[in-house]
Amino acid sequence: MEGNSLREQVAAMRQSLFDEEILDKQFVQMEELEDVHNPNFAEELMTLYFRDSSKLLVSVEKALERPPYDANILDKFLHQLKGSSASVGANKVRIETNKMREALKAEDVERTKSQFQLVKRAHKTLKGKMEPYFHLLRQAGPADAAQPPE
Amino acid sequence: MESSFSSPRNDTFPAGLRVLVVDDDPTWLKILEKMLKRCSYEVTTCGLARDALHLLRQKKDGYDIVISDVNMPDMDGFRLLEHVGLEMDLPVIMMSVDGETSRVMRGVQHGACDYLLKPIRMKELRNIWQHVFRKKIHEIRDIESHESLEGIQLIRSGSDQYDEGYFLNADDLTSSRKRKDVDNKYDDKDFADFSSTKKARVVWSVDLHQKFVKAVHHIGFDKVGPKKILDLMNVPWLTRENVASHLQKYRLYLSRLQKENELKSSCGGMKHSDYSSKDAQGSFGLQNSISIQQSDVAHGSFKVSGDNLVSQRVGTKSHESDIEGIVSEPVAEPKKGLNGNIPDPQKTRSPQMDFNNSYAETKICLIGNVPDSQKIRTPQVRPSHSIALVESEVNFTEFESAIPTKYSWNEIPLNKAQKPLIQLNSGFNKPPLPGPHSHFQVDRVQSIPSISSRPSTAEEDVTGPAKSKPSYSECINTQGSHVSPSTTDSFPDQIKSCLVNHQVSEAISTSTANMEYQGFNLNCITDLESAQRNLIMGSASPFASLDDGFQICWYQGDCYGMNLGLQNIEFPEYNDPALVSELWPFWVVTGLFFFFFFSFRGCQPAESINLHAYP
Repeated sequence: MEGNSLREQVAAMRQSLFDEEILDKQFVQMEELEDVHNPNFAEELMTLYFRDSSKLLVSVEKALERPPYDANILDKFLHQLKGSSASVGANKVRIETNKMREALKAEDVERTKSQFQLVKRAHKTLKGKMEPYFHLLRQAGPADAAQPPE
Repeated sequence: MESSFSSPRNDTFPAGLRVLVVDDDPTWLKILEKMLKRCSYEVTTCGLARDALHLLRQKKDGYDIVISDVNMPDMDGFRLLEHVGLEMDLPVIMMSVDGETSRVMRGVQHGACDYLLKPIRMKELRNIWQHVFRKKIHEIRDIESHESLEGIQLIRSGSDQYDEGYFLNADDLTSSRKRKDVDNKYDDKDFADFSSTKKARVVWSVDLHQKFVKAVHHIGFDKVGPKKILDLMNVPWLTRENVASHLQKYRLYLSRLQKENELKSSCGGMKHSDYSSKDAQGSFGLQNSISIQQSDVAHGSFKVSGDNLVSQRVGTKSHESDIEGIVSEPVAEPKKGLNGNIPDPQKTRSPQMDFNNSYAETKICLIGNVPDSQKIRTPQVRPSHSIALVESEVNFTEFESAIPTKYSWNEIPLNKAQKPLIQLNSGFNKPPLPGPHSHFQVDRVQSIPSISSRPSTAEEDVTGPAKSKPSYSECINTQGSHVSPSTTDSFPDQIKSCLVNHQVSEAISTSTANMEYQGFNLNCITDLESAQRNLIMGSASPFASLDDGFQICWYQGDCYGMNLGLQNIEFPEYNDPALVSELWPFWVVTGLFFFFFFSFRGCQPAESINLHAYP
């Protein structure tokens, strides 16, 4: 049936997201919280996340526009970003954000800035993958969960 | 507190555990909410620490545990933690995506009962009920060990405390207990004088705390010391260490209140400018009013610390530590300020009031603007004194009511050392301050009849008087012997039952304290935080009918703002009865009804006939 192949596709996509460490276990947690009241909980949260994280990235961008760079504000933003990324299981984004924080703490401006590019890229990649994934997921109906990396 | 043990919720414990989640990240809020609901807990979410505090103060007994993120935009999670520990004594769990040891340690130092790392797993959330359970067990142990002693003290010394605005003490009981718990948490704080290491907890009853505060004021804040206090208090079983640690907590509390109000005023300054301008009292920026008061007493340090606090808040990451540093500085200050204010009630009181009421502006001088009667009343709230109530005090705008006499019932002549909030409410009670107070008092008493004849005017103030009711009942409860001598027979039983019911007084006093000032300028309240309004509305309603009884009884007794009763009559129109049930546990309301009913019977019939309590 069409559903099956779609589901297989969805499952494969999902698995690759874990394999590439773009997502982590927290994503599974979100999926597990889905129920009658929130059948698309993971998608809802991801949408929320993208909305907030995009704003955060813009703020960080602005804060890095010209010196002097307010390290405190930057760290605040990054902390927020790290937190939200952790909430939805956005693994790569979280890791890159953390590296950026460390660079900031080390007061290494260059590394902070270059790390920021990595953060943005990871964020973009995630968005690029999650959107078609959820789209396909909706089309396929409830999908069987692939095995998350342990 | 014991009341929570008797609630039906506990039958299926831990299911139905009422959790308040505070996190600025909406994604986390959603996830945690979902997870906690999966654990069969009752979840309330909050995006701001301020909102969380309001919710907590609104429903003092409405939550079992608080889970809060460490980093929040409007308030540091650790500060929220301190507040919750001080005011509500609820277990607080901190969470963060950062798991650095230093942070975790800070959490524990500030009193967190646990520190969770995000992302949080279901199993971790399932177990949070143990903190609630543990705390309750400890509280029971503490209470039981002092129950007999204090129960006797309360009943016996009810008459002694009459003058000092007794109902406040009930609130003190709660917060004293809580502070006592907190005390252990703050042992590592930098208050050098006292070697208050962890020890067996003394439960500071209302009566005990009152004695304490009385002694402190008598000695003078700047000269105070645990030995002197202990000697003055004359409580045989109390040790110098007990007093020392309590003094430490008291100071800490005062300074935190100060800080909190300053911060609030700085944050909310813009918002509340409206209502303050309406009043003759004017609206004080909290900071300014504090500074004014302090400077009146020649203590500018508060101001300084407050400013520091504010400026620090604005942008530094490490402001928490700075604030802590500040805390230790002004610790001595508030007392001095209080000292200075006490002797001159008229002058100092109004600024205090304004302080509480208005966030926004920096108008300073109430004294000039406010008519004497009004002025005197308002300052009663002493920010430094009321631990839990300070926040709510700020909320009330009041005192602008057209009827000057109205204020009087709100004023509760607490012992100057007592919580200022209560004083405000008690109005008519014998003012603890000498001179002006006493004659002021007289004025009030006389004005009572006039008030009653103008029920319509009271409507505006409805919320105000209603609120203070709880405190009045407290007073009545605790000072049973003073109440209408003619009804001694019927009263004592009721009173005693009320007396023993600490929870009633606690509930009453806490809600009262929050609501006390609400009354007069309801209009002005719009700018105030919604919680305050809720408090007013919520707390006012149950007492509407009780006021009558109050009024009458107190006349015979020592004039507890019976006016309240009159004014409260208006209440029913204003308050949504549904709020009553929400805010007041049934037994509280019942107890109060009984109390009023009986007291009423002993008094002149007058208008109190509308008491629901009549069978």
